[in-house]
Amino acid sequence: MKVKYLKLDKAEGPLIVMNEVRDAVYDEIVEIEMADGEFRTGKVVQIDRDRVIIQVFQGTSGISLNDVSVSFTGKPMEIPLSREILGRVFNGTAMPIDGAGEIYSNNTYNINGRPMNPVARLYPRNYIQTGISSIDGLITLIRGQKLPIFSGDGLPHNQLAAQIVRQARISDEEAGKFAVVFAAMGIKHDEADFFRKVFEEAGVMDRVIMFLNLADDPVVERIITPRCALTAAEYLAFECDMHVLVIMTDITSYCEALREISSAREEVPSRKGYPGYLYSDLASLYERAGMLKGSKGSITQIPILTMPNDDITHPVPDLTGYITEGQIVLNRSLYQMGIYPPINVLPSLSRLMKDGIGKEYTREDHPDVANQVFSAYSRVQEIRALAQVIGEDELSETDKKYMEFGRQFEERFAKQDFEENRDINTTLDLMWELLTILPEQELTRIDPSLVKKYLRK
Amino acid sequence: MAGQGNIIYINGPVVKADHMEDFTVREMVMVGEKKLIGEVISLEKDRGTIQVYEETSGLRVGEKVSGTGRPLSVKLGPGIIGNIFDGIERPLSKIYDSGFKFIPEGIGLISIDESKLWDVEMLAKEGDILKPGDVFAKVQETSMVVHKVMVPPGISGRVVSVAKSGSYTIHDTLVVLEKDGMRNELKMYQEWPVRKPRPVAQRMPIEKLLVTGQRVIDTFFPLAKGGTAAIPGGFGTGKTITQHQLAKWSDADIIVYIGCGERGNEMTEVLEDFPKLKDPRTGNPLMDRTVLIANTSNMPVAAREASIYTGITIAEYFRDMGYNVAIMADSTSRWAEALREIAGRLEEMPAEEGYPAYLASRLAAFYERAGYVRNLNGTEGSITVIGAVSPAGGDFSEPVTQSTKRIVGAFLALDRELAHARHFPSINWLSSYSGYVPMLGDWFRQNVASDIMALRSKMLKILQEENKLMDIVKLVGEDVLPDDQRVILEIARIIKTGYLQQNAYHPQDSYVPLSRQYSMLKVIDRLYDRAYSCVRRGIPLSKIKDEALFSDIIMMKYNTSDEKPELFQELCDRIDRYYDSLESMYKEGAADEG
Repeated sequence: MKVKYLKLDKAEGPLIVMNEVRDAVYDEIVEIEMADGEFRTGKVVQIDRDRVIIQVFQGTSGISLNDVSVSFTGKPMEIPLSREILGRVFNGTAMPIDGAGEIYSNNTYNINGRPMNPVARLYPRNYIQTGISSIDGLITLIRGQKLPIFSGDGLPHNQLAAQIVRQARISDEEAGKFAVVFAAMGIKHDEADFFRKVFEEAGVMDRVIMFLNLADDPVVERIITPRCALTAAEYLAFECDMHVLVIMTDITSYCEALREISSAREEVPSRKGYPGYLYSDLASLYERAGMLKGSKGSITQIPILTMPNDDITHPVPDLTGYITEGQIVLNRSLYQMGIYPPINVLPSLSRLMKDGIGKEYTREDHPDVANQVFSAYSRVQEIRALAQVIGEDELSETDKKYMEFGRQFEERFAKQDFEENRDINTTLDLMWELLTILPEQELTRIDPSLVKKYLRK
Repeated sequence: MAGQGNIIYINGPVVKADHMEDFTVREMVMVGEKKLIGEVISLEKDRGTIQVYEETSGLRVGEKVSGTGRPLSVKLGPGIIGNIFDGIERPLSKIYDSGFKFIPEGIGLISIDESKLWDVEMLAKEGDILKPGDVFAKVQETSMVVHKVMVPPGISGRVVSVAKSGSYTIHDTLVVLEKDGMRNELKMYQEWPVRKPRPVAQRMPIEKLLVTGQRVIDTFFPLAKGGTAAIPGGFGTGKTITQHQLAKWSDADIIVYIGCGERGNEMTEVLEDFPKLKDPRTGNPLMDRTVLIANTSNMPVAAREASIYTGITIAEYFRDMGYNVAIMADSTSRWAEALREIAGRLEEMPAEEGYPAYLASRLAAFYERAGYVRNLNGTEGSITVIGAVSPAGGDFSEPVTQSTKRIVGAFLALDRELAHARHFPSINWLSSYSGYVPMLGDWFRQNVASDIMALRSKMLKILQEENKLMDIVKLVGEDVLPDDQRVILEIARIIKTGYLQQNAYHPQDSYVPLSRQYSMLKVIDRLYDRAYSCVRRGIPLSKIKDEALFSDIIMMKYNTSDEKPELFQELCDRIDRYYDSLESMYKEGAADEG
């Protein structure tokens, strides 16, 4: 029998405090019924003898201290999952909002998940062709990887993510085993609509599961949204053997919600007011990407975050970069020069790329040529800085060639149409073509035999 | 009888209980019905505060806390090498074998395999007098490691009975010691509290190089057996690859690799790669000398704090056998953050950036467990600690980097600019240093070559010089510099691309023995001397810089091998031939003009 408590001690921001509670369980879900019949849910975040602190997902606005009834479920948050979730739309706490009814399933899943045993992991090695040259050539995405997009306000991160979803080629025999889980945290309605439209146009809507916590939805709910989404992804990947691409946007809003709760709980802040456990908390999301031995599915994560003030050292991108397996960094000045996608390849990185490219995966010349293009483009930056001081005419002949390389790299390689889908060979050939601009002795990063075979082919 | 407490407070990994009078600080406890493992961190009157090493979700007030009567300890015996453990030495592969793909809670205290039979060769005889640290038996644990079974610290006596050599589990009694009428049964394992350093007879001076096969480290910023080093760097600068390279190639007998708050896939990578990689000295699989401790970033945070101590205690145990042990902690920043997180939950007064005030002293105490020592049994052993540091925002002025910098002997600063240019390892040659250079001078002269230290200083000087010149070049371009300065830039470019950059994924380049490092330095040195003297004779740089010759020297790291040392001599001869003919040409030219 459920005990109902009828009196709160304190309600403030996202938290309520109750006294004289018996047998509360740490991390359990509580149901709060308000005077007008509205239901809210919350979670026990601290227990001190009979005093319990509860974080209310929908916030405390409208809650009175006396006119409520609170019941404890004794269980952490669980959601029912079955194959029926494909094609459905849920709110931030996994309630269906598409009018197609509840999900019925005998199996419910704890949304907090559990850490994967490193021994049980399968090291990701298969690359995903996204059809975007900068990514395929230089920041290759691997199935089972977590590769965030570091963006800024007003940059086309949504377009890029949409293009990846549309073009990420899954070979035919595996087409039926592909799903997209989309978790929106505090994004605008039109952004959510944009994604919905893209999914529809790509004809994948019946393989998409959306969890939407939009900008005007309760802030604290944002803490739950990605966990519901990842639980659904784990179910599809590890129980239904599907290849799941998870897009989570915007991680910065998620972290702000976490900060709000932390400050309401009067915790000791670390950098910029974010809680000291931000790293562990983000890791509990990102580390749910990967592959497991003995199951055919995979979870690939593309979290999107907007860097406040385009600052990559801000705690959110900084801690994310320490956990994820690389990052795709968008750059404002490239975008202003009319280059889409405005990926700045120099600070971008794919950590798993080294094991997923080359002879057995893409092409034998890929590692060396990628390395060479990186170092040449980085040299371009130095030379541009010099040219700004002394003028381009004063540069040495080699340096002038580098300037030309830089221009063509951006205009022909990085720049690409939203609809344009380049296969990996086209991308690699283009890289060789760019390298012909440079004197051959500058190609110190490439094995001489490969230069002979591929240059000016 | 150990005590029993009653839970009254739960906040993440921090739990408080009352009726804790019988407990001691740092005692290991079992928390709640699931018997989660925890450790008492403070006591006040009847109340105790406990940090729990497992997920506390589902715990309730009123559940019991039971004591174990001993501090957090690890079992030390055969079965450690080649294995992977969590932060409190529970075997992850065994957990996986029992069907857990995800880490469960409440699996209790399991440790090294208790049922496995080991072939034991007994060394002690009846009547022997044994003292702490003495080896009384040995076990071939893996192809690379002979496990020496030792008398635990604090125990000694006369051997009254000895088992025959044969197959035993770690729980079988091998030797019985008697002292003052008291008998002690010795088994293949011993237990040791992780926070207490194991005793040694004497600390010895540091004088041996830890050979890593990484040119920039061995030549310019050498590590020493028994020394300490920190590798700080922002994300994407290659900390983990550098740590992996050191774990693969350094000439230690045992590697303890602690993945502390890092990525799960990185541990998986080690688990998949190391058994396939061969040790360059013995040809055995590298996994046969490696122990992994994994607390990935999503595993419980309190166990992250313990993982560092578990790792170093295992390292000390093998050091006591007379081995040189290298321990890699990736990353100590995550450990410091775990301290911060727990301190925050305890509502301790924060110091800088929210870290507790005892951060620096805890770090120092950890690094101080490194050293080159004489063990209780008279053998010599060492522990080298190499800690990665992940400074927030890549800013080295933050507290963990600064506190670490004060303690360690070598500081290998990874540089974001270099990493972006894909210059790996991205160790910045201007801001890194090694305090071991003076102590290792003799070792280098005896084991490599008499002039290597002089070569090292000469190359470093060229790099320093280049850095100064680059300030000018950035303003006015390279062309306006006089040729004697431009030649410095050219040689520095060769040192940077041909020597400092090292390709971890190239079979010839991943590990480079000292002899080859020295030969490469000699070639660059010859080129510098000859080119510089040509400049002094007024020969223009455009003639001095022969593209083919320069590019072959840059590529010598790929084109030469240990089997063919004569290739280096050929390169030197080629340099001589080229500059001889250049000089004679200009001599004639000058004569003609005269």
